[in-house]
Amino acid sequence: MQFLTETSWSPYAVGIGIGILSWFSFLISRKPIACSTTFAKTSGMIEKLFRGKKVDLKPYYQKEKLVLDWQMMLVLGIVIGSLISALLSGDFQWTWVPSIWATTFGMNSLLRVIVALVGGIFLGFGARWADGCTSGHGISGTLQLTVSSWISVICFFIGGVLMAQFIFKLIG
Amino acid sequence: MNTKKEIKTTKKDKSPLVWGLVFGIVFGFLLQKGGATKYDVIIGQLLLTDFTVLKIMLSAVLTGMIGIYAMKTLGWVELYPKAGSVGKNIIGGLIFGIGFAVLGYCPGTIAGAIGNGYLDALVGGLAGILIGTGLFAALYPRLNRGILSKGNFGDLTLPRLFKVNDWVVVIPMAVLIFLFLYWLERAGL
Repeated sequence: MQFLTETSWSPYAVGIGIGILSWFSFLISRKPIACSTTFAKTSGMIEKLFRGKKVDLKPYYQKEKLVLDWQMMLVLGIVIGSLISALLSGDFQWTWVPSIWATTFGMNSLLRVIVALVGGIFLGFGARWADGCTSGHGISGTLQLTVSSWISVICFFIGGVLMAQFIFKLIG
Repeated sequence: MNTKKEIKTTKKDKSPLVWGLVFGIVFGFLLQKGGATKYDVIIGQLLLTDFTVLKIMLSAVLTGMIGIYAMKTLGWVELYPKAGSVGKNIIGGLIFGIGFAVLGYCPGTIAGAIGNGYLDALVGGLAGILIGTGLFAALYPRLNRGILSKGNFGDLTLPRLFKVNDWVVVIPMAVLIFLFLYWLERAGL
């Protein structure tokens, strides 16, 4: 069982593992692995705490009901699984500023958090606009050979590569 | 007919939550072992200096596709292709891409990053995603009437688009992905 405590595995071993995981997800839960709807629902649930039941009536939350579901458990599981893996290998550490960011923009954690917040807004907005993220479209959709997913994932990377160049080559 | 359909959907929604948690734990474990829970690995991919993310995704797609289509051929599983449109997937995809590069995590890997101890993900990124998705929910009725339905093409899959047997697409796609990964390794990327 020593492989469980290794810091990293070959990306191919990880990818094949995720592919096999998707077989079981289709077979047992009859659902493809996906993540981003959970954030929309969580957002709606938080809004509901402040504004009450009328939030349920928003057309989007009529479509995506504000109840605990399979996918929310999946996302919660990701946090736990990653924590277990990181603790087993000693790779867990509290970090405010990742090193590639720090090399270009310095160790100011407030700056990094503000940029992450802005990035998160675009990411969340774009994920719901495209109706999927790197999991739902990028892995589960593409492996089903879904046209909308292949188009989406290509656009994720076109946007991402261009923006990364802009951030690190032009600004940085 | 209607009641039958209703029974089917409620059955679907009751898919035991505990399986979601189990699959999530395995998924998160794998993502962390692959390094995909780290900003540096994801930004390395977008800067085209580290191809870990693409290697993980493409080997997952290769493995997943062959298994899922084999089980579909056997009648064990059905597919859940998402409907799409030009306005939805191209514009949404590009907005997502911008966020992907600015944040350096995606919705799945940010959950893993939080488990890995990244506080920029927890404090900044997560809050941002909740704001972004909430904003979308608020604008949804207007967007849905307009841009999201522009250039609608429905829940097409490639085999249905080309009107061929599934395996006529699956096999060449598998070969293509394999060759691309082989080329990445040969190029030392």
